[in-house]
Amino acid sequence: MNSVASTTTQDTDDHGPAKGIKRWLFTTNHKDIGTLYLWFAFIMFLTGGAMAMVIRAELFQPGLQIVEPHFFNQMTTVHGLIMVFGAVMPAFTGLANWMIPIMIGAPDMALPRMNNLSFWILPFAFTILLASLFVEGGGPAFGWTFYAPLSTTYSGDSTALFVFSVHIMGISSIMGAINVIVTICNMRAPGMTWMKMPLFVWTWLITAFLLIAVMPVLAGAVTMVLTDKYFGTSFFDAAGGGDPVMFQHIFWFFGHPEVYIMILPAFGIISTIVPTFSRKPLFGYSSMVYATASIALLSFIVWAHHMFTTGMPVYAELFFMYCTMLISVPTGVKVFNWVATMWRGAISYEVPMMFSVAFIVLFTFGGFSGLMLAITPVDFQYHDTYFVVAHFHYVLVTGAIFSLIAATYYWLPKWTGVMYDLVLAKWHFWCSLISVNLLFFPMHFIGLAGMPRRIPDYSIQFAGWNQLISIGGFAFGLSQLIFLVLVIKACRKRGAVVNHQVWDGAKGLEWQLPSPAPYHTFEKPPKIE
Amino acid sequence: MVSSAQRVLLLCLFTGIQVLPAAASESSINLRKGVTDISHQVYDLHMTIFYICVVIALLVFGVMLYAMVFHRKSRGAKPANFHESIKVEIAWTIVPFLILIAMAVPATSTLIDMEDASQADLTIRVTGSQWKWHYQYHGHGIEFYSLLDTPMEQIQNKWIKGDDYLLEVDKPLIIPTERKVRFLMTSDDVIHSWWVPDFAVKKDANPGFINEAWTRVNEAGIYRGQCAELCGKDHGFMPIVVKAVPPAEFDSWMLQQKEFIRQAKAEEQRLLAMSMSFDELMAEGEKVYGAYCAACHQPNGAGLPGVFPGLINSVVTRGPVADHIEIVLNGKNGTAMQAFAKQLTLKQLAAVITYERNAWGMNSGDIVQPKDVHLHKQGQ
Ligand code: HEC
Ligand code: HEM
Ligand SMILES: [Cu+2]
Ligand SMILES: [Cu+2]
Repeated sequence: MNSVASTTTQDTDDHGPAKGIKRWLFTTNHKDIGTLYLWFAFIMFLTGGAMAMVIRAELFQPGLQIVEPHFFNQMTTVHGLIMVFGAVMPAFTGLANWMIPIMIGAPDMALPRMNNLSFWILPFAFTILLASLFVEGGGPAFGWTFYAPLSTTYSGDSTALFVFSVHIMGISSIMGAINVIVTICNMRAPGMTWMKMPLFVWTWLITAFLLIAVMPVLAGAVTMVLTDKYFGTSFFDAAGGGDPVMFQHIFWFFGHPEVYIMILPAFGIISTIVPTFSRKPLFGYSSMVYATASIALLSFIVWAHHMFTTGMPVYAELFFMYCTMLISVPTGVKVFNWVATMWRGAISYEVPMMFSVAFIVLFTFGGFSGLMLAITPVDFQYHDTYFVVAHFHYVLVTGAIFSLIAATYYWLPKWTGVMYDLVLAKWHFWCSLISVNLLFFPMHFIGLAGMPRRIPDYSIQFAGWNQLISIGGFAFGLSQLIFLVLVIKACRKRGAVVNHQVWDGAKGLEWQLPSPAPYHTFEKPPKIE
Repeated sequence: MVSSAQRVLLLCLFTGIQVLPAAASESSINLRKGVTDISHQVYDLHMTIFYICVVIALLVFGVMLYAMVFHRKSRGAKPANFHESIKVEIAWTIVPFLILIAMAVPATSTLIDMEDASQADLTIRVTGSQWKWHYQYHGHGIEFYSLLDTPMEQIQNKWIKGDDYLLEVDKPLIIPTERKVRFLMTSDDVIHSWWVPDFAVKKDANPGFINEAWTRVNEAGIYRGQCAELCGKDHGFMPIVVKAVPPAEFDSWMLQQKEFIRQAKAEEQRLLAMSMSFDELMAEGEKVYGAYCAACHQPNGAGLPGVFPGLINSVVTRGPVADHIEIVLNGKNGTAMQAFAKQLTLKQLAAVITYERNAWGMNSGDIVQPKDVHLHKQGQ
């Protein structure tokens, strides 16, 4: 083990990173590109978060106080788009870049130049999206789901910018996915057989196939919106023989796999962290792999559960209800496996483990509300209310985002070579945990009591809860600034120096490398026992 | 064999099960039971699936909490090394599967009931448009629009908000109790969704297509809901109010409405023969404008640049009267400007057009009379 570490250190001496801005612009190094992705995602997370603060400030009290309804709609729309395409997805791609080559013992990603390109088009995409807010008539205001004809005939002129920026995001994701697949298929170190691959690698491989399958569908959807709006086609316009509900079928055929794109890598992360701090191998490795694959497959045949109220034939509704209920089984298996991993382990609660435990509990809450939403007759009552908003924030914020935070706390010492500020980290955890539940738990109540989503003003019966939710929202937003400070400190190497094995129970090739991981690693493949 | 810790866990489990329903029956945090057989079934399904989730949660999190506390390294726990068990894996795949099948059975039968709108006693066509509802009673010639009735001053926090803030309309939908009422939903522009929680009815109104839903209300009363699909700027401001009245009362209401319609037609004829004064038109026009046009063109006539055009000194409000009448009567295809010919009476149309040509300092002096609008309509 140590011999591997020392050979790689020697290699780094020949050529290190370039200096200054050029290092970042022209880099083809997977670690640099991973870092770029992660910082970009974090900046987007704070930007989208600022928009959420505007939303919550407006909803603090009934009545219109701060923003106009039209601007409110732009805020919910761009908030959703930024969080999904700008924060969660790039953050996972950043982790993939940093960790996948290391985890499989490869020197870099398979297609390093494309890697550079797929990152550097992202800032353009989001600059265009954000700039569209300043166009006359405002930015996109039709929700991140951009249902036609609200997004076609009835949308503002910034729609073309929206379409263009989504296209760029899609191209970036597809290139990222190709890179992941090619890397994993071709560059595993000798002896790294499929069923020895770390689960993070497995989940990302499956995610990458999902991305390649559905991002073109999204591209098709936005293109049809574009031509319907500007070039006189009528894909979604009944007057010309089209159908607005067809838009929703196309969108959710992309959209449902998309939600798994945002959660499968999270499963991989949790499956890495929980065994480390339970000091016990992951329970049911192969069933985890199969569960991930079956979730991915099933995710293609459940999309219409987002559309139960659109007036489908009853047999279609039944089909999608059964399939949706079915998909909760493999998801449950994952949770059971994590609990079984903890069972009779020797558990300790370092910060990554704290976030992972919170993930298991809170993500499962999101799973439960998902199961409730699957029951079609009851979904009629839940659909498009705050109950849904609560559901997807439990799976996305306390699911995807918490897993990303856990991953950062887990690997940050490996990236920087120093242990981050543990006091700040614990403050970050407890503040986030409490505020995120204040923020999203009461949304279940107001949703059940009948508050629709995407409204800038509400009837007075919801006033009390909304106030509490907003307070939770501000607190959650502020808590993330603790994280920002912590990460900046760690990047400036303020903290105790760590050795290669940062966590005593950690397994995997990354822990054979020195900390910080050298610029070039595994130029000679490691031996896998 | 039960350790003290396990006892504590069991205790938590049972108190949890007892406290939850009490908390959940508080209606401000739970679904409403509603007033139809279907809504009761839906409520029961909701509570069943909720309890299933609670039980699974208590089991899973109970085991997890136990491990978290008792299998801690700091307590000297030594890690076991097991990491696979086909039997356990199969068990926890099959058991949830069986639970789900048990859940799917009642859900299926309720769903099939909900989607069977046949043999209705009354059919009402519900049309959404930005941002109001239009109700037409099939075969009875009764129709009207239903608009938000909350004053702007309450929304802008200048007045105290009423109890039904944002959930009140000028004309509620009236339906009979104990009769099967079928709704045919459609839309004139974007997608809306007609939702009354107490009936457990939520159905999208899609432009160019017709959706079906139905209800049979057991108790007379006033039931409130809202549009449930993002439909543009004022999506939050298009409530639904349904008043369910006993059948006899409903029948007499229908007769009364038919009488009103006759009277309104007569009034319309009378208006054609005479002229209204400028002040009368402006006063009426301001009211109509506030209720029907201000949402887009703004109360001050300035519009929202890039979305809805301003009307002050615009091409149409300064141009020929005929063009102005034309766009208000028939709207403009492919834009948010809808046709108001059916929504407004001749008097209202004349008034709002006069208003738009003289308000906000334009003072063109143009007067449009109901008969002018009538002639324009005829000329088509
Ligand atoms: C749902 C939004 C909406 C509502 C409500 C609405 N309008 Fe419009 N109106 C529009 C739009 C959009 C246009 C621009 C159509 C176009 O592209 O030419 C327009 C255009 C007009 C014009 C022509 C302006 C010009 O100079 O080009 C007039 C006049 C007008 N509306 C009058 C009215 C009146 C009167 C009412 C109320 C009875 C009303 N509108 C209600 C959206 C609306
Ligand atoms: C800072 C924490 C956050 C707060 C306070 C917050 C709050 C909100 C609010 C108030 C809405 C609008 C609800 C509505 O009226 O429909 C919303 C929508 C949404 N949020 Fe968040 N959110 C946060 C974080 C996130 C994250 C991290 C994600 C993604 C992983 C996310 C994804 C979404 C999506 C997809 C929507 C729907 C947008 C739409 O309706 O078009 N949110 N959020
Ligand atoms: Cu889905
Ligand atoms: Cu609406």
